[in-house]
Amino acid sequence: MPDAPGLELIRGEIEDGHPGAVLDTGFEYEQAVLAVDPGQVLAVLTWLRDAPGQGYRFLSSLHAADYLPAEPRFAVHYELLNRDRVERIRVKALLAGPAAGNAGDAQALPEIDSCVELFPTAEFQEREVFDFFGIVFRGHPNLTRILLPEDYVGWPQRRDFPVGGEPVTFTFNERNYG
Amino acid sequence: MAEAKTQSPPEVDPQTEVMTINIGPHHPATHGVLRLVVDLEGEMVRDLKPVIGYVHTGIEKSCEDKSYWKVIPFVERMDYVSYFFQMEAYCGAVERLVGLEIPPRARYLRTLFLELNRIHSHLVWLGTTALDLGAISMLWYCFRERDKILDLVEMATGQRMHTRYFQVGGVIEDIPLGFEQKLREFIADMPVRVTQYQALLDRNEIFLSRTKGTGIVSRERLLELGVTGPLLRATGEPWDLRKAFDYLAYPEMEFKIPVGTVGDNYDRYRVRLAEIVESVRIIEQALDGLPEGPHIADDRKYVLPPRSELSTSMESLIHHFKLVTEGFRVPPGEVYYSIECPRGELGCFVVADGSSKPARVHFRDPSFVNLQAFRDMAVDSYVADMIASLGMLDPILGGVDR
Amino acid sequence: MLRGTLEGEELERYVEERVVMTRFDRMLGWARANSMFPLTFGLACCAIEAPISIVTARYDLARFGAEALRASPRQADMIILSGRVSIKMAPIVRRLYDQMLEPKWAISMGACSSSGGMFSNYAVVQGADKFMPIDMHIPGCPPRPEAVLYGFTKLQRKIKGNPDQGWRQRYNAAGTEEWARGGAASQPSREAAEAYEAARELAHA
Repeated sequence: MPDAPGLELIRGEIEDGHPGAVLDTGFEYEQAVLAVDPGQVLAVLTWLRDAPGQGYRFLSSLHAADYLPAEPRFAVHYELLNRDRVERIRVKALLAGPAAGNAGDAQALPEIDSCVELFPTAEFQEREVFDFFGIVFRGHPNLTRILLPEDYVGWPQRRDFPVGGEPVTFTFNERNYG
Repeated sequence: MAEAKTQSPPEVDPQTEVMTINIGPHHPATHGVLRLVVDLEGEMVRDLKPVIGYVHTGIEKSCEDKSYWKVIPFVERMDYVSYFFQMEAYCGAVERLVGLEIPPRARYLRTLFLELNRIHSHLVWLGTTALDLGAISMLWYCFRERDKILDLVEMATGQRMHTRYFQVGGVIEDIPLGFEQKLREFIADMPVRVTQYQALLDRNEIFLSRTKGTGIVSRERLLELGVTGPLLRATGEPWDLRKAFDYLAYPEMEFKIPVGTVGDNYDRYRVRLAEIVESVRIIEQALDGLPEGPHIADDRKYVLPPRSELSTSMESLIHHFKLVTEGFRVPPGEVYYSIECPRGELGCFVVADGSSKPARVHFRDPSFVNLQAFRDMAVDSYVADMIASLGMLDPILGGVDR
Repeated sequence: MLRGTLEGEELERYVEERVVMTRFDRMLGWARANSMFPLTFGLACCAIEAPISIVTARYDLARFGAEALRASPRQADMIILSGRVSIKMAPIVRRLYDQMLEPKWAISMGACSSSGGMFSNYAVVQGADKFMPIDMHIPGCPPRPEAVLYGFTKLQRKIKGNPDQGWRQRYNAAGTEEWARGGAASQPSREAAEAYEAARELAHA
């Protein structure tokens, strides 16, 4: 991992090219994290991938987390890896949640740019994030549900979605609970 | 995208119909419930769309509802053939969050079981893939060895599969007497068995013509698609997380990383077989160098105290009660920890919010990402080559669907 | 033996010793039970234990007559639901079961297909009983292959018409059976029926 001073250097260089992109840096558990503004996430990822000293060309994982009740609520994490220097860096793009509730209202879904052009590996992984959190990736070739049935309503992995489950058909349950 | 074709396709007639057929989700060759929507032109595959989600279990969502140690059995059942690896990824991530050091004996034991599970996974792969390609007898031979591995696992942990053996802090129990001897018998036997498998398949003309030169994807394309593991190593890229990152007892082990040259299905087969032999070497070194000491960390805040202490020490009783009912609390933070699974990079992302339940557990499953390369492997080649590529891709749908 | 060697009484006794008299349905049950054609159907972890592990050499299913695993549901007569049934897979399993020809049996192997197992959440059907009739439930997570074989032999007994009463026989508790489907307990109560109606109207609105 780039160590803490190295991380600050990276932040400085990104800020030179794209002011206001990096909101925060963090170095915890020996992992370097860059919190970026979601509107400029593509620029940051391109810089990290293509800038001469950096070369984080491998996207290990793209996933999201829901930090309810903290705001901003969603964060899309990009786990980048530089295989030559064997270093990882995490880019975290924080997105605010929709104003409305849990319904599949298209206007209320948070949006972010898709990085499929940069990292083709993100195709399935962005679909999974969309499937579970309802985060729309602009520019994704085929943004449909991948793991849940196509007609499923709701975004299960949000914190306010219930775990679900119904009682098993034991006769005890059937007799007493219908 | 496939660079090498088995044979140049015939001139495409504008009148030729492209037929879309559906393979699966119930199909003997799909290694689980994978559904493929395939556009066929004659026997050539023109396009391929995998449809997944048929064994989606909502494990990641269920994990948010359970205390940290209760998550371990859930997480095991994702990639159900390499269950020790999921446990290690999760326990390793939580140990990093908590800042817990595991004792050396636990590190060696974990390495030992991980490599045993790697052999197990490769044996299951070999048996089922050879079955798909028509070499039906391999199934019986591979599963004979697999049963021996499961006997060993059952001896140490009590269960054949899904053993909940790794806990946060180490392993739940030390290995019993007689385990070492049985394991040594097994690892003395295993390289002989590998040569026997090779004798069956390596010069079998049908197997060779089905796997040589089929399913080739270039190394750059695989890296773009995020593919890791034996698929990447078959193209000649020596990328293995066991050597790249230091975790568990791997820095102290001496082992080689088998790589291929061309990246076709035959190379993938050879790479995995060679990995079995390397795993045997690692197990032997782990057994020889197994240090004495506790098998789990000492920190009573996160690890259950030994039962003998419960009747004498009040403090141990309180710790035990707290851990069993509520579980331990993890300070807020998030960590991503990845290990080398038999299929590639298995990463675990845990977000802790200070309570006794994780706020988010996400697994970066290698089969899920590797499946994106399947289209490149199968397009513009025959259906039979697609089946061979699917076998060599080694997807485990439990991991794909989670 | 030539005709005329034995006469009368001796002939009768000779024939009695060598001919098995039975009812036709018993014989049919015996034949069906000992020649099952399981469907190669595996969903998740239990699939590694069965159908893959029980057909291998150590836990040989062939000695019970069920060696010929068939891939097509039209040719199979037993389906072993090995693994968790997710909501996306449930209609497909039902369709497979419907495609099988009578007589057919279903074994629900493991905790996940019997009752949802440890996964009590939105994605797993809590028991395959919710959408298809199951003849035998085998507990375990995953059940040992020996447990699956025990369940299989119990199913064979059931097919032969001599079902194993289990604890009801050991503890003299015959008559305590409850039927989840078809008995009085399976009809929803009036309140539940009204609630179902209201929910249905809401869904269609």
